[in-house]
Amino acid sequence: MSDMTDTGPVLAADGTPLKRSLARALRRQKMRALMLIAPLLLFILISFILPVGDMLYRSVQNDIVSKTLPNTVVALESWDANSGELPEEAVFAAMATDLKSAAAAKIHTKVGGRLNYENPGISSLFRKTGRKATKFDLEAGIVWKDELIDINDGWGDPDVWRTIQTYSSPITAGYFLNAIDMRVGPDGAESRPEEEQIYMNLLKRTLWMSMMITISCILLAYPVAWILANLPARQANLLMILVLLPFWTSLLVRTSAWKILLQQQGVINDILVWIGLVSDDARLVIINNQFGTIVAMTHILLPFMILPMYSVMQTIPVTYLRAAKSLGATDWTAFWRVYFPQTIPGIGAGSILVFILAIGYYITPALVGGTKGTFISNQIAFHISTSLNWGLAAALGAILLAVVLVLYWAYDRIVGIDNVKLG
Amino acid sequence: MTDTAANDGFVVFDRVQKSYDGENLVVKDLNLSVARGEFLTMLGPSGSGKTTCLMMLAGFETATHGDILLGGKPINNIPPHKRGIGMVFQNYALFPHMTIAENLSFPLEVRKMGKSEREAKVKRALDMVEMGAFGGRRPSQLSGGQQQRVALARALVFEPELVLMDEPLGALDKQLREKMQFEITHLAHSLGITTVYVTHDQTEALTMSDNVAVFDDGRIQQLAPPADLYEKPQNSFVAQFIGENNTLEGVVTEIKGDTCIVRLDDGEILDATPINVSKVGERTKVSIRPERVEYNKDRLQEGAHTLKAEVLEFIYMGDIFRTRLRVAGNDEFVIKTRNAPDVDRLVPGQQIEIGWLPSDCRALDA
Repeated sequence: MSDMTDTGPVLAADGTPLKRSLARALRRQKMRALMLIAPLLLFILISFILPVGDMLYRSVQNDIVSKTLPNTVVALESWDANSGELPEEAVFAAMATDLKSAAAAKIHTKVGGRLNYENPGISSLFRKTGRKATKFDLEAGIVWKDELIDINDGWGDPDVWRTIQTYSSPITAGYFLNAIDMRVGPDGAESRPEEEQIYMNLLKRTLWMSMMITISCILLAYPVAWILANLPARQANLLMILVLLPFWTSLLVRTSAWKILLQQQGVINDILVWIGLVSDDARLVIINNQFGTIVAMTHILLPFMILPMYSVMQTIPVTYLRAAKSLGATDWTAFWRVYFPQTIPGIGAGSILVFILAIGYYITPALVGGTKGTFISNQIAFHISTSLNWGLAAALGAILLAVVLVLYWAYDRIVGIDNVKLG
Repeated sequence: MTDTAANDGFVVFDRVQKSYDGENLVVKDLNLSVARGEFLTMLGPSGSGKTTCLMMLAGFETATHGDILLGGKPINNIPPHKRGIGMVFQNYALFPHMTIAENLSFPLEVRKMGKSEREAKVKRALDMVEMGAFGGRRPSQLSGGQQQRVALARALVFEPELVLMDEPLGALDKQLREKMQFEITHLAHSLGITTVYVTHDQTEALTMSDNVAVFDDGRIQQLAPPADLYEKPQNSFVAQFIGENNTLEGVVTEIKGDTCIVRLDDGEILDATPINVSKVGERTKVSIRPERVEYNKDRLQEGAHTLKAEVLEFIYMGDIFRTRLRVAGNDEFVIKTRNAPDVDRLVPGQQIEIGWLPSDCRALDA
């Protein structure tokens, strides 16, 4: 025995160190396990991780200016934007060169469109100038400063040049500044004027309404989950089908149903008028506003709250309540001190699910939210499909992602993530 | 009869019936009286109604018919939290989100007791079960035996006069169970509390109780102290259920005072004590404890009837020998003999004659 302990590493029967021998034995198992999950990993990589990475990159990507206007970008480097004067002739000449080749390749409108996000009006400047740019004679010794201003006096505005200079770097924080209602001014980042501020308010509203939706889901789901968990299996199954029924109907159908119910000539208003609670000329406005969105989204997200709560409540034996009562607790004390604390993991899991789903929700707020009840995701959708400002959409999406991660982190610190039970 | 019992007992079940579905009675006409300070065990197979009785006493089930009295007052309409009965549950039911000390403090808090008094009582209760050092732990950090002690302390900390225990030792291993059996009885007697204990383990019932109520089919089959239950079973269910037991079937041929003669189905004759047979010609199950069977002729009574037996199996168990015999066509007849120097070890195949004192052999219902 003593010579074994003296020789250092423990050896396997064939003389190799035991650790290496064990690692070799386990490697095959690990490889097989990896092979099994490889399709899933690949799927997640292609369909999830790459798009999210691409989105994050798009939120700062800005190489269109430096690619389309390479000469101008170089020539503008030495210009001091704060001087209030126009750049020198060389810059204009470089711009003419760039515009001619860009117009030939028909990509001048794209860079115009990009710069238009930052300085409205630039798009038409590029479009109009571009029409003539194909005929520019670069060898003729024209004074391009006068020529360009002559074509469109937009070129005489130092602000236009400042915008081009600001966005000439291939990476920009511009989309993010835009997404939090700021912009790059002459003195660096500054707030946009009050009337142009949209996104911060929208973000605050999104968070606030998601919170209201989460809270109303908790209040409605708790008793349902409790009944589900305490009914005999057969009845519980039936009730469970009713809970899951909404999943089987189209989201659009359910949302439209809320339109029918909530509108001013709708079912609820009709009933209220009929029983005399509300007079006919003062019908309640309960749709196309925040209230409508909260009601409809609570309904749609309710199952996501009920299911985790139910799965947690199912594991709490009835003996805890009995024990509490035998120890002298009233029904309420037994519930509040003994039962409720044990359901917190379910509430936590449901809340995280509902909240995260809610802040990214898009269809329902678009249909029943009107102007006051829309979410930030509706703006993201607008920039992706209508304004085609994907960079801004990506920046808004990245901010939303960051908010979710921060909330998740906060939840972990306060409640503890291992306290979450999803099933 | 029931009236006097109702006046005497601390806990009284007076003609209690319970049905869950309105068709079958789970508890049929139960009459039971537990004296103050008594340790009563309800013993029976699962489904015999013993746990239902305990739940009715605790207030978690309501009696369909009849009265349950505690200290002379009917408690049918008193909710569980006002009954002041301590209870130890099968899986302890310690609140997982509270520490041990908080668990014990809970019944005192809901009684609006002051903080210093609470702490003193919690400490005393924990010391009582030798768990004083564990107050800050969570139930999941304790072993089964430790959780058991805490559950006991929690049921006792608010000083109830009556404690109910629902198979509290079921989840423990054998050694720990035996240790806890002793500790629980010791504690119950030293504190002078009345205990109603439910179990399906007969050893537990015999070793712990002052009285055992054997339940079957919703009725109490016999209510007696452990020794009487084992040695003087009143019917064949109790004889079968408590301890190991040999059964032979036959017909009563003669009754003479406190002995009777039974002719077994294969014609052999034996002496027995008639317990619930009343007339000649009645069928009976005769019950003999394995350790009361004698095969050494010198020790048998003069003129006693003996039976022929063939040794089938000899099992050496250390302190005792367990021998399986074929007697009157019954292959499962077992005898137990103490491992002593003067005892012959039987050999399979050996033909012997066995006998017993008529008082050890009880003719019961068929």
